[in-house]
Amino acid sequence: MQDSLRSALARACTPQQVRAAAQQGAAFHPAVWAAVRELGLPALLVPEAQGGLGLSMLEAALAAQELGRVAAPAPFLGSCVLAPLALRHAGSRAQQDRWLPAMARGELLVGVALAEALGSVRDGAGVQVADGGRLQGSTLFTIDGAQAHAYVVADRAGGLHWVDAQAPGVQCQRLPGTDATRPLVELRFDAAPAQPLPHGGAAVIERLRDAASVLLAADALGAGWTMLERAVAYAHERRQFGRPIGTFQAVKHLCAEMAAELEITRGLVWYAAYAIDYLPEEAALAAAHAKALLADAGRFVARSATEVHGGIGITDELGLHFWFKRIDLDRQLYGGPQQARRHAAKLQGLISSTGHA
Amino acid sequence: MDLHLQPRHQAFRAQLRDFLATHAHRSAPTIAGDRPGPALLAWQKLLLEHGYAGRTVPREYGGFGAAPDVMEQHLIVEEFTRARVALGIGNQGISMLVPTLLELGTEEQKRAYIAPTLRGELVWCQGYSEPGAGSDLAALQTRATEDGDDFIVNGQKMWTSTAHAADMIFCLVRTETEAPKHQGLSYLLFSMQSPGIAIRPIKTMTGRAEFNEVFFTDVRVPMTQIVGRRGDGWKVANATLRHERAYLANPGLLTQRYAQLEHLLREETLDGQALLHDPVLCDRLMQLQGRVLAQKYHAMRLLTAADQQREPGLAGLITKLQGCEIRYQLSALALDALGETGLLLDAGAHARAQGLWQERHFFDLGLVIGGGTAQIQKNIIAERGLGLPREPQAAAPAR
Repeated sequence: MQDSLRSALARACTPQQVRAAAQQGAAFHPAVWAAVRELGLPALLVPEAQGGLGLSMLEAALAAQELGRVAAPAPFLGSCVLAPLALRHAGSRAQQDRWLPAMARGELLVGVALAEALGSVRDGAGVQVADGGRLQGSTLFTIDGAQAHAYVVADRAGGLHWVDAQAPGVQCQRLPGTDATRPLVELRFDAAPAQPLPHGGAAVIERLRDAASVLLAADALGAGWTMLERAVAYAHERRQFGRPIGTFQAVKHLCAEMAAELEITRGLVWYAAYAIDYLPEEAALAAAHAKALLADAGRFVARSATEVHGGIGITDELGLHFWFKRIDLDRQLYGGPQQARRHAAKLQGLISSTGHA
Repeated sequence: MDLHLQPRHQAFRAQLRDFLATHAHRSAPTIAGDRPGPALLAWQKLLLEHGYAGRTVPREYGGFGAAPDVMEQHLIVEEFTRARVALGIGNQGISMLVPTLLELGTEEQKRAYIAPTLRGELVWCQGYSEPGAGSDLAALQTRATEDGDDFIVNGQKMWTSTAHAADMIFCLVRTETEAPKHQGLSYLLFSMQSPGIAIRPIKTMTGRAEFNEVFFTDVRVPMTQIVGRRGDGWKVANATLRHERAYLANPGLLTQRYAQLEHLLREETLDGQALLHDPVLCDRLMQLQGRVLAQKYHAMRLLTAADQQREPGLAGLITKLQGCEIRYQLSALALDALGETGLLLDAGAHARAQGLWQERHFFDLGLVIGGGTAQIQKNIIAERGLGLPREPQAAAPAR
């Protein structure tokens, strides 16, 4: 599966398309998104009963890794993963039957507003449920929301809601961001009508956290691998002092360190993804560590691969920075590595759930 | 990576827990670098009988003869760690020579050496490094010259752990003096009781002598004691080095060390507060837990590849670098947690755990260097794993 995804995405998503998406400020690149749909990725996590493939998180993580490799400007994490998972875990059967089939076909795009529930509250953001289930307040850093038809929104108490993008009292505003391949938006609700997903709550939020952590880690693993490959290729090709710079140990060891830091994480990422479906008691800890490790390995690789390129590495023309910034988003979204490790410590009762004593 | 916990694995785990509940009290701690005593030999025997040691070694060579199964290996480490029980003998003979012989030894060599090695009765040491051949191992100068049906070995080895306690040595020597340096080597097995062997301990910063120098003067070795073909010693040595790197980065040991470190941070207090309440120490602990977990699942990937007879490629080359670094970092964090008490020697007042972490902090740094330094590992990763060009050869020094 990984091989076929890789070759299809290498054809469908070229660095030129990444640049084009960035320049147009598009929510996604239509041709790349078409290819992602063609590959069936929107259907991955949708149950067969609703027209999906009914596959597991391991397949989703492998897909994320390949999308990260090409820095795909396509709505995957929110619309193809977190939204279907939210419906599967928290939605009623009627809600699932109504929305999941169109999501599986890639026709219904869904933004996911979980930043306050999973990460941290900035600038007083937060969504409250008012009379009649209407939503009030704002939520930042919504993923895949830029051209979404609907949103899955977490409220302050951990409840989940489905909001039609066209509903009255809903405002969607782009948050101009560094990662041009996955734009973020702010949603504002003023007595916006919403449908609660009846089985939402803290337990579902935690499952979404685990899924998001693993997928962001897998994305960083893929994106990091591309940066490493490009650094290695450049170290072959660039000559100084009469020989390829890759013959110098200062450069060679930097490449070896990048490879070691990335490759050592692969088993954990796969294991964490697998655990979500099959070893639920191990999933949360493995996912938290995967997120934290790839946040650190990702940053190390992003800066080191850029350094191997010398001055060319920081130019816009080279375009390596699209991957650099992609890795930044993978690291920061829903909490950076310290936050993931604090979560890991809490999961094991090493520190109290309110933080340090 | 095959992670499915099938019913037979659940049964296997139950069987392991049963075994540990019944027999854990008979377990003996693993000791590195020494002859196993009677308690450890008895424990090893029990483990072999139950297939928790020598599990995949064929029965005719004294193993348990089980088909390779990654999940079973994983469960053994997991359950023994959970029960805080040592996994039997893990010396160089068992971890490095046995797999090398299984891969490249003659039938006679397998029959003669594997079973007593697994039982812990036959102790081996490794004769690789020399004073002039460390990172540049293939430059070694210990000579084996023909004399009838024997080789006569002359030269000096260094960093030979366990030499003082070993019955035998697996030793890399130069047999073809005219051949290029990598093609002139052969891999010999011989008795450490042979006439002409002298041993001198090398005391290290731990205060103990974990290593030795070994001197050979006209040591007679039958030519049948060669593993692989004559002149093919570099290939055989590299097979052993692969196993050595996996052994040095043993994730089971890292998992146990991590558990000890976590225990230390829970128990040790500073100004009346458990150290875990220090957010910085807690974060560092979690960083190491993440790395130990990664190393564990990485090892499972490698086992899976080995079971399927696939070359692990880059994944195999990073194990030693990462594993030894994490091992050192575990000891280093323990020292920081111990603060001033981490400066005390073994049995004195206020020392913790008989100074175990202090000693590890010194010893584990040696592991970063031994078995191919971190810098050599990076060369290997870059050149063999990533295909980066080799450094231009320096001009040969004038003789």
